[in-house]
Amino acid sequence: MTVPNFETTIGLEVHIELKTQSKAMSPAPAEYGAQPNQKTNVIDWGYPGVLPQANQGALEYGMMAATALHASVTRDLHWDRKNYFYPDNPKAYQITQQETPIGREGWLEIEVDGEKKRVGITELHVEEDAGKNTHGTDGYSYVDLNRQGTPLIEIVGAPDLHSPEEAYAYLEALREAIQFTGISDVKMQEGSMRVDANISIRPVGSDQYGTKVELKNLNSFNYVRKGLAFEEERQAKIYLAGGTVRQQTRRYDEATGGTILMREKETADDYRYFPEPDLAPIKVSDEWVDEVAQRLPKSAPERRAHYVGTLGLEPYDAKVLTQTLAMSDFFDATVAAGANPKRAANYLMGDVNAYLNEKQVDLEDTQLTPAHLAAMINLIEDGTISTKMAKRVFTAITEGKDPIAFVEEKGLKQLSDPKDLQPIIDQVLDANEQSVIDFHGGKDRAVGYLIGQIMKVTHGNANPSVVNQLLMTALQARKPE
Amino acid sequence: MNFFKTDLETLHAQLVAKELTVEELVTATLDNIAKIDSKYQAFITVMDESALAQARALDERGVDPDEILSGIPYGIKDNLVTKGVLTTAASRMLANFVPIYDATVVANLKKHGAIGVGKLNMDEFAMGSTTETSYFQETKNAWDQTKVPGGSSGGSAVAVATGQVPFALGTDTGGSVRQPAAFNGIVGMKPTYGRISRFGAIAFGSSFDQVGILTRTVKDNAYVLAAAAGHDDQDQTSSDRPVPDYAAQLTTDLSGLKVAVPSEYFGAGVDKNVQATVKAAINQLVKLGASVDTVSLPHTKYGVAAYYILASSEASSNLQRFDGIRYGYRASDAKTLEEVYVQSRSQGFGPEVKRRIMLGTYSLSAGSYDAFFKKAAQVRTLMIEDFQRVFADYDIIVAPTAPNVAYDFGQNTDDPEVTYMNDALTIPVNMAGLPAMSINAGFVNGLPVGMQLIGAAFAEATLYQVGYAFEQATKLYEQIPGGEH
Amino acid sequence: MAQEPLSKTEVEAVASLAKLTLQPEEAASMTEQLAKIFDLVNTLAEVDTTGVKPTYSPSDVQNVLRADVAVDAQQATALLANAPEREGDLIKVPAIIDEGADK
Ligand SMILES: [Mg+2]
Ligand SMILES: [Zn+2]
Repeated sequence: MTVPNFETTIGLEVHIELKTQSKAMSPAPAEYGAQPNQKTNVIDWGYPGVLPQANQGALEYGMMAATALHASVTRDLHWDRKNYFYPDNPKAYQITQQETPIGREGWLEIEVDGEKKRVGITELHVEEDAGKNTHGTDGYSYVDLNRQGTPLIEIVGAPDLHSPEEAYAYLEALREAIQFTGISDVKMQEGSMRVDANISIRPVGSDQYGTKVELKNLNSFNYVRKGLAFEEERQAKIYLAGGTVRQQTRRYDEATGGTILMREKETADDYRYFPEPDLAPIKVSDEWVDEVAQRLPKSAPERRAHYVGTLGLEPYDAKVLTQTLAMSDFFDATVAAGANPKRAANYLMGDVNAYLNEKQVDLEDTQLTPAHLAAMINLIEDGTISTKMAKRVFTAITEGKDPIAFVEEKGLKQLSDPKDLQPIIDQVLDANEQSVIDFHGGKDRAVGYLIGQIMKVTHGNANPSVVNQLLMTALQARKPE
Repeated sequence: MNFFKTDLETLHAQLVAKELTVEELVTATLDNIAKIDSKYQAFITVMDESALAQARALDERGVDPDEILSGIPYGIKDNLVTKGVLTTAASRMLANFVPIYDATVVANLKKHGAIGVGKLNMDEFAMGSTTETSYFQETKNAWDQTKVPGGSSGGSAVAVATGQVPFALGTDTGGSVRQPAAFNGIVGMKPTYGRISRFGAIAFGSSFDQVGILTRTVKDNAYVLAAAAGHDDQDQTSSDRPVPDYAAQLTTDLSGLKVAVPSEYFGAGVDKNVQATVKAAINQLVKLGASVDTVSLPHTKYGVAAYYILASSEASSNLQRFDGIRYGYRASDAKTLEEVYVQSRSQGFGPEVKRRIMLGTYSLSAGSYDAFFKKAAQVRTLMIEDFQRVFADYDIIVAPTAPNVAYDFGQNTDDPEVTYMNDALTIPVNMAGLPAMSINAGFVNGLPVGMQLIGAAFAEATLYQVGYAFEQATKLYEQIPGGEH
Repeated sequence: MAQEPLSKTEVEAVASLAKLTLQPEEAASMTEQLAKIFDLVNTLAEVDTTGVKPTYSPSDVQNVLRADVAVDAQQATALLANAPEREGDLIKVPAIIDEGADK
């Protein structure tokens, strides 16, 4: 996809909403999806005389993100104001960390076409989100401040990406790394992960970057990839025609897959940054960094290594299980509750995923628990239930029912004891002499018919392998002379 | 009734002994305001209903014998937000603004039983030193109604000096409590930055603003500060140091006290009669046992320039929230969003506010930040170091509060440079966040002269001790503005 | 390094950054007054501040942070009541055309 004779430079700026209880600078609930303006207070509205109240949780989540992205945590912090007027920005300044970002100089490993590469992260800072504007067709816009003040981390990537595919891989790696810290849902569709991209191209061998274009409205990783690819070609065409690329902000157009001019940037915006006088500076000690780092869950690569190396799973399965933190945590807890890892993995990748897809829910929003899944798996392992019976039990555990109690209540016990099964088999053989003759005449189909008859008598509760074994012995014993 | 001949202890004793009910006290206070304030115009809003309701409730519950402020009426500068009571900051921008919360300092005083009776005039958004920039009215000096009351807490100072309330709250960003206290012959305390919560004080210069207290006597002031101060979770810059019982530490003996007198505060531009009056007052401190040396605070002369850059920069950002979208003034002729912003702000703010917003916006903008904002912040460090050097050897700094006594209306409004120089003696304290108090030192041509006592950080108790000893020796507070009271 | 007084155009540029509009007479007097303030500011250039750390607040408090606990103030009705224009639970403003800042 790269344009011949040109080298592409991409830098991504990613905003991630943090899953704190309260907002970055006010105690209002940080809740997604409430009625407009209901989760706001006088601080969120920028009322006269109010002061910000910095949230320790948001700052510590920033420290966790920095650690997870291999960045150094800044020890001498203060907040800054970024000044600009906008209806969703009530104070007309955003409290951010312009001068002392919480993290500096991190990296992520990406893999494209089997090649691994480290991509730099310039800095991360904790800041406040703005509210949300909706644009009416009536000549008015409408402001909802629920999101105002929700904590964000802004992750400024280094201009180390050279193709839309690398950008895509970087975003996947970033989403995974952040998701496995547990500090954010990182969902593009809910806006808890948002991406802006800067892209320029230059002739191969040039030592100066080309003019940078900023892309907005990139609402999925795919759009990022498509928008960047479009932009690579657009810029190359301009250069090849002898033109100059203008410094612009362009928006990705979902309908056409192209980019559309939003505004020309002739002069840099003047945000008049200065240190926030309403908040105390923060000194971060080594102990504090260590203590917060200890709260970090294991990363996805660590988990995959454990699944393959210790639990003996296939690498592909390990990858699937680490698609989300919730799935991986669920798997770990199921294994910890005594389930066979392979069977647990198969259930999660099979029935559980199918269930989540069918119901369109997240694992954490279901009634499934690792304890129930483990109990069900153990019932299969010890022969109490058949895998076929397990289908019913699985439905029961999706409804929050205890599998052991359910099996008990429904009489779902598998008949595995020969003492119980032998009389039934004898009875079926007595009643089906022709089938016995057919079997000995070489018609294997007769076996299936007889098993079916046995299952019918036992209402499907007979253990198929025990039945099979006892039936074969019984048939041999009835071989006609 | 007026409060010329009484103090908090006397009032408290009368209330506890039930010689006076709270309702009677509040009614008499409101009656007096109705009778005389039309002459001074200290009040923007009188809180008749809420004050009387609070008074009756307190009478029913009984005045608390352990709370000196229980049932005491007081006045509130109109940039301190009051729940359910119009709060304007003397600006057209907030001429219709009724807050839904109390400033922490107001809530603290309410907890101690004090009863707010009105909101007091001031310079618009506290920007000014004459109270002339108020959108609403011109407050007159208590001693001479042809003179300015000082500012920006002009209404607060006049309300106390004319005996309308026993005490009032002000705010002091560059001298706005001390200078009007000086111009009206009363006691004005600006505590250490962080001593009183700023939550609910409409911000001007956030790293300078501090709520202050205006009273007739030092002891009254000490009582009020103890109730007003303390850490507040809603102001993360507020101090968690314990609040001393200032009134219990007062003394009339200043033996061993080491007083520093900065030569820069007695230089050109400071009226000779003002200098002489303050020097005589310093001699009085010597008679009470203090020793005095002349010291130097060499960066004093840069204070005004550095202050105007820094405070205006913070103000330009703080006042951006007044945009006509969520509350406050919206220009009725605005059609587009840009017009809502620009017209609402241009019509809602007065000239002095716009001037400072312009200066601040420019000081922070990309090309000027280093030469303006950063340079001024470096000068601030040098000024702080000046003070630290002096306080290593001395207990207190004594100087004039203002370079002159109250002057005529309209005198300086056209020339910001002249007006700004009037703040030269009060600004350094705000640059360093130190506590300072103005106390009447005598009179020149029948107008009061303020003596400024400056302490090390959180040394308010020392300022009260020195002020009290001086006040008890001179009894200047017994002199009240002449005329028809 | 003395600061040159601002030209009228520069004054207008600053006004636009501050979302203010100045009437012609206002702009003229503002330019003049700012020039006087700049004279004052120019005195700072005399001060040697080499290596001096700037002070942005006189406060000595540090590491003051709020525990991450949500408090639902239930103030929405009162807050919305103060808005000059609203539509249901939303604050109403004339159409936003420009996309605003990079957040
Ligand atoms: Mg940014
Ligand atoms: Zn950002």
